[in-house]
Amino acid sequence: MLTLAILLQAVANTAIAKMGAGIGAGIAAVGAGIGIGQIGGKAMEAIARQPEAVGDVRSNMIVAAALIEGAAFFAIVVCLLILFI
Amino acid sequence: MICKDSLSLCKVLIMCVLLSFAPMFSSASASPTESDTSHTAKTEAFKPGTFILDHIGDSYGWHIVSIDNHHIAIPLPVIVFSKHSGLNIFSSSRVAHGNSYNGFHLSHSGEHAGKIVETLPDKSEVLPFDISITKNVFTLLFSGILLVIIFVGIAKKYRKHKDSAPTGLQNGMEIIILFVRDDIAKASIGAKKYEKFMPYLLTAFFFIFFNNLLGLIPIFPGGANLTGNIAVTMVLALFTFVITTINANKNYWIHIINTPGVPWWLKLPIPLMPIIEFVGVLTKPFVLMVRLFANISAGHMIMLGFFSLIFIFGAKHIAAGLGISILSIAFTVFMGMLEILVAFVQAFVFTLLSALYFGMAVEEHHETKHH
Repeated sequence: MLTLAILLQAVANTAIAKMGAGIGAGIAAVGAGIGIGQIGGKAMEAIARQPEAVGDVRSNMIVAAALIEGAAFFAIVVCLLILFI
Repeated sequence: MICKDSLSLCKVLIMCVLLSFAPMFSSASASPTESDTSHTAKTEAFKPGTFILDHIGDSYGWHIVSIDNHHIAIPLPVIVFSKHSGLNIFSSSRVAHGNSYNGFHLSHSGEHAGKIVETLPDKSEVLPFDISITKNVFTLLFSGILLVIIFVGIAKKYRKHKDSAPTGLQNGMEIIILFVRDDIAKASIGAKKYEKFMPYLLTAFFFIFFNNLLGLIPIFPGGANLTGNIAVTMVLALFTFVITTINANKNYWIHIINTPGVPWWLKLPIPLMPIIEFVGVLTKPFVLMVRLFANISAGHMIMLGFFSLIFIFGAKHIAAGLGISILSIAFTVFMGMLEILVAFVQAFVFTLLSALYFGMAVEEHHETKHH
């Protein structure tokens, strides 16, 4: 009876860890989506205000998006570590 | 020091040689040349997890295709030093399929899964010193040689025809070289000091760009996930860190230890500001490493996931597999296009951030408004 309880707890810990990894990855995706969405929106506004600056705005937008994705990927890497290590 | 010209051949060669030691530290943890499961049972279940991880990781032989149970693979040399039997160099086909050669075999489970282990006479298993030419090492050497051939050729052309317009490959590469020089180096480091850092910035940019693109080509010699190997990105980030630290002038260290414009009580009893700045110095290369690794690996994982969908659905019913394959292939092509953009953007972001760090390291003192 006692060993069964311990076993159940051990299994539950693994399952909860995996669920945590899944939720974490989802929240990371939401965060990246919000961040890059903001960048895209402001970039569109900037282009609308000054159409001849489209080249500069576009390159800066892509750089900022890459940096934000870097932060999201941190969370993904942590979640993968939970799942596989 | 050793090489005097900015864009000299010997600097490129030294970079390539130094970079070639990178995969040594990576675990060649992946499947053997052909997965053992495929010839134990004909209708072995398709495991998408192992499929994806095998394709992203490193391996001792280069598996090209498996038709029924006939595997076509390119064997690569295994070079191991063992304390027991000395230097062993043999083809990876000798340890494929679970065979064992001279006491070495490929371990499939346990802590050394995917690596070559040696069985000592007393039945214990140890890891020998392994400097095999694995898939990633081969791609590293291949892309290094490709880069040297292309850029030495271009450099010779510049030297011979100094005053004529660029032609051919030189013309194409010049666009990117000037882009790196003007928009990355000059913009971040300043027009006076950027020349010293140009060889490293150009090497890093083209190395990362070429290897990202090579990873997207599905057939030999492309298709190895080199820039998605965290050991390789770690070495690149270490290069940036070392160059920043070596070239840092007094202002850089003053900014870290005694940041100007910050109130004294953040520095004196508990040196909070110096600790934060020091952690920042370590975090910046770490972030460079993880960003490149995660971007490239994640892109490959997504494309492999779409491919796996076909086999997962096909296992249920062959018609479902055929049906989903249209959607899967469409998505995979779209992801491939996105990955080409990511290949360029990640090389650009790595080089831009490295240039920014170099710029911060050699910045001259600005007169700040003292309160």
